[in-house]
Amino acid sequence: MRKQRLLLASSAALLSGLMTLPLQADTLRIAIMGEPASLDPHKISGTWENDVVGDLFEGLVTEAADGERIPGVAESWEISDDGTEYTFELRDDARWSDGEVVTAEDFVYAFQRILNPATAADYAYLLYPVKNAETVYEGDADPETLGIEAVDDHTLKITLERSTPYFLDQLSHYTAYPVPKHVVEEHGDDWSRADHMVSNGPFKLERWRSQTRIEVSRNDQFHDADEVALDEVVYFPIEERTTALNRFRADEIDVARDFPTQQYDWLQENLPDATTTAPFLGIYYYTLNTRDGHPTADPRVREALSLAVRREVITNQILGTGEEPAYSFVPPGVNRYDAPQSSMADMSQEERMARAKELLAEAGYGPDDPLELNLRYNTSEDHRKVAIAIGAMWEPLGVEVELNNSEVAVHYEDMRQGDFDVGRAGWIGDYNDAQNFLSLLETGVANNYGAYSNEKFDALMDQASETQDLDERADIMAEAEKLALDETATLPIYYYVSRNLVNPDLQGWENNIEDIHRSRWVSFDD
Amino acid sequence: MLHYIAKRLLQAIPTLLIVITVSFFLMHLAPGGPFDGERQLPAEIEANLLASYNLDQPIWKQYLIYLGNLLQGDFGPSFRYEDFSVTELIGQGFPVSLELGMWAILLALAVGLPLGIIAALRRNSSIDYLVMGTALAGIAIPNFVIAPLMALVFGVFLAWLPVGGWNDGHWRNMLLPVVALSIQQIAYIARMMRASMIEVLGSQHIRTARAKGLSEREVIWRHAMRPAMLPVVSYLGPAAAGIITGSVVIEQIFGIPGIGRYFVQAALNRDYTLVMGTVVFYGALIVLLNLIVDLIYSALDPQIRYDD
Repeated sequence: MRKQRLLLASSAALLSGLMTLPLQADTLRIAIMGEPASLDPHKISGTWENDVVGDLFEGLVTEAADGERIPGVAESWEISDDGTEYTFELRDDARWSDGEVVTAEDFVYAFQRILNPATAADYAYLLYPVKNAETVYEGDADPETLGIEAVDDHTLKITLERSTPYFLDQLSHYTAYPVPKHVVEEHGDDWSRADHMVSNGPFKLERWRSQTRIEVSRNDQFHDADEVALDEVVYFPIEERTTALNRFRADEIDVARDFPTQQYDWLQENLPDATTTAPFLGIYYYTLNTRDGHPTADPRVREALSLAVRREVITNQILGTGEEPAYSFVPPGVNRYDAPQSSMADMSQEERMARAKELLAEAGYGPDDPLELNLRYNTSEDHRKVAIAIGAMWEPLGVEVELNNSEVAVHYEDMRQGDFDVGRAGWIGDYNDAQNFLSLLETGVANNYGAYSNEKFDALMDQASETQDLDERADIMAEAEKLALDETATLPIYYYVSRNLVNPDLQGWENNIEDIHRSRWVSFDD
Repeated sequence: MLHYIAKRLLQAIPTLLIVITVSFFLMHLAPGGPFDGERQLPAEIEANLLASYNLDQPIWKQYLIYLGNLLQGDFGPSFRYEDFSVTELIGQGFPVSLELGMWAILLALAVGLPLGIIAALRRNSSIDYLVMGTALAGIAIPNFVIAPLMALVFGVFLAWLPVGGWNDGHWRNMLLPVVALSIQQIAYIARMMRASMIEVLGSQHIRTARAKGLSEREVIWRHAMRPAMLPVVSYLGPAAAGIITGSVVIEQIFGIPGIGRYFVQAALNRDYTLVMGTVVFYGALIVLLNLIVDLIYSALDPQIRYDD
C-alpha cells in the first residue's frame, strides 16, 4: 500500500510540477466488529458488513451524516396517491467504478437477483413490500413478475403490495442497492471479489485480505467524488473490543465501532473527546413463553415478573454506558412514532413489588408452591450479569430461577423450539419504523419466540399496514403496543446505545439512532 | 527408512478417515445449525439456504457427498465467509499460523534449553532457583493474561511496537505475539530439560565418560546432551501442534489472521465445512508432526531404529 501511495504521490507531483510538495493521502482507519461474510450486498446481514458495503455502494436513497435520508442514485421521485407506485428519476451522472452508466436495469436486475430463491439471500425479506416479492422468493412466481420495472435507462418504477410509509428509508438499505449487471453476469458469484468488483458508491474496493484488512479508495466515477475528502479507507476486522481499544490508543486506528463496556469509566476519564455513546435503534428484552404448560402463559405471572425487574439498577449499575431503562417495546426516537409507556413506569418500587406479590398469589403461587422458572441466555458476560441480577430481583417474590446459558446457535434453537420460560433476546431495527419492532409480536412470526398471540393485536397491525395517513397509522400501532404492554407480551429491559471511539481530529462524524456512518462525510482536520 | 515412512503415511489414512467420520457426525449432532441466530429466518428462506448447501439431504448422503468432494481436494464453500472457499481460508491463514508457531517454538527452544541446562548444572544454586521459579510463574500465568499486558506496556505505554495486526509478518508485528506464545513453552522446556539433564548426569555412561578423564564440557556436549534431549523432542510434536492450533487466543488478542480462530469461531457459527476443513487439516498436520518427531528420535537415540 505504501508503495502505491508513493507512486500516486510522485506521479501527481510530476504532473503538477511541484516536486517538493508530495500529496499527503488522507486515510481513515476503522475497526469493524467482525469479518464480513461477503461484500456482495445480497449475501450479508451484519452491521459490520454494512460499514464497508455502504461505502462501496449507493442506493436510490442514501444516508446523510446525521442518518437522514437524502437522494442517492435517484435524483427525484413521485409517489402515487395510493402510495403503491414509486417512479424514480435516476441521475445522469451515476457511474459504476468502471465508468459504465448506472441504469434502471441495474436496479431491476439487483431486485430480481436478491429475491431469486437460487441466490438464497437471507435478508431478502426486507424487500417484501415490493409487489410479488414474497411469492417470487418462495419460488412460486417468476422473478420477472416482481413489481419493479425499468421504464427507460433513467426511469425506474417500483410497485408495492400496499402503501408502505417506511419504504423510502428502506431503499437506502443494502438489500436495495443496485449491482452491476454487466459484471455479475460475467463473473457470477465471484463478482464481489476484489479482482472483479465494480461499485457505484463513494469508494471502490482495492484489496481484501481475509481477517486482516479491507482497503478501498475514492471512486473518481462517483457523482459527488469532489466532495469526498478521504483518499482511502481501511477497515480492520477486530472482534476483541479490548484489542480495538488498544489499537485505538496506539493510534493504529481512527474509529472503533465499539469499545469494551467495562472500560467505560476509564475511557470517560482518559479519552473523553474520543468516547461517544448515543441512543440506538434496539431493544434488549426477555421473551416470555406464552405456550401452554409454561407458568409464563399466565399474564398475571408475566406482569409480576416485569414489575419486579428494577431496570434502573441494570442500566446504571450493571451496564452504565448510557443505556436507558425500557418501559416500551419500541425504542424512543423511532420515526413517526411515540411509544406508549407501560403503566408501571409511574409506580414506585414498593408499589410494584406489592402489586407483583398480589398477582403471583392470585395466580396460585406462594411459599408452599413457589414459581420455578427456566431462564435461558446466550453466553456473554453482560447477559450473565443481567440474568443473575434479574434472578435476584425475583427472589423476594419467592421465584426460583434456574439459569441456563448456551452459545448463540444453541440458544436460538432452544428458543425456537419453545424450550424455556424466560429467554434473552434483542432486536436491532432493520429499518427505522415501529412496525419492524411490533411485528415481532404478531401471531406466527418467525422471531416471536414466546409465541405471543392476540387476535386484537394482529388485527390492529393489519389495520395499521392498510392505513396511509401517517398519524393515524402511528396511533393504531401505539394502540397495539399498549395492548401488548398491558398483557406483558415481553419483558423490555433496556434500550441499546451505540458505542464508538472516534479520533477527535475527525470532522463530520455525527451520532445517529441507526449508528450509520458513511465515510464520504468524514474528513481530517488540517 | 523410506519404507518406514511410507508405511506410517499409509497408516495415517484410516486414522484420518476415523477423525473425519467422528467429527462429521459429532458436528451435525450438536444442537443448532449454521443459520440459527438472533434473527430467525422465515421458513422459506431457510429452506432455500439449506437446499443450496445440500443440508436438506439425509445425513448419510451429506457425509458421502462430503467425502467425495474431499477426495477431489474440495473442502467446499464456507457457510459464513461466502466470498471464500474453505481451501482459500486455510491457504491464507495457515502460513501465518505456521510462521507464528515456528518462531515461537524456535524461541522456546533457544531460551528454554540453555536455561534448563544451566539450572541442571548449577543444581540448587540461586540461579537454579531463579530459573525454576520464573519457569513456574511462566507456566502458571496463562497467555491471555500476559498478551494484553505486553500489548499495553510495549504498544500503548512505551509505543515501541504495534499493538496488533500482522502487516504481512513484519518482525515488529510478530515480536509480541511470538514472545507471548512461547513463554509457557520456554517454561515447560526449561523444566523438562533440567529434569532430564539431571537424570542423565547421574547415569552410568556419564560416570564412564568422566572416569575416562574427559573434560566437563565434553561430557556434557558429547554424552549428556543427546539423551537429555529425548523427552524434550518427544514433547515437541504435540507442543508444535498445540502451539500452531493453540494460538487461538494470541491470534484474537493481536488480531492476527491465522487459522487458530477458525477452530473456535467456525464451531460456534456451525460453519460445518470450515470446521471439517480445519479438523482434517490439523489431523493431517499432527500425523505428520508425530512422524517427524519419531524420525528425529531415531537420529538422537541409537537404540531406536525404524528399518524393519
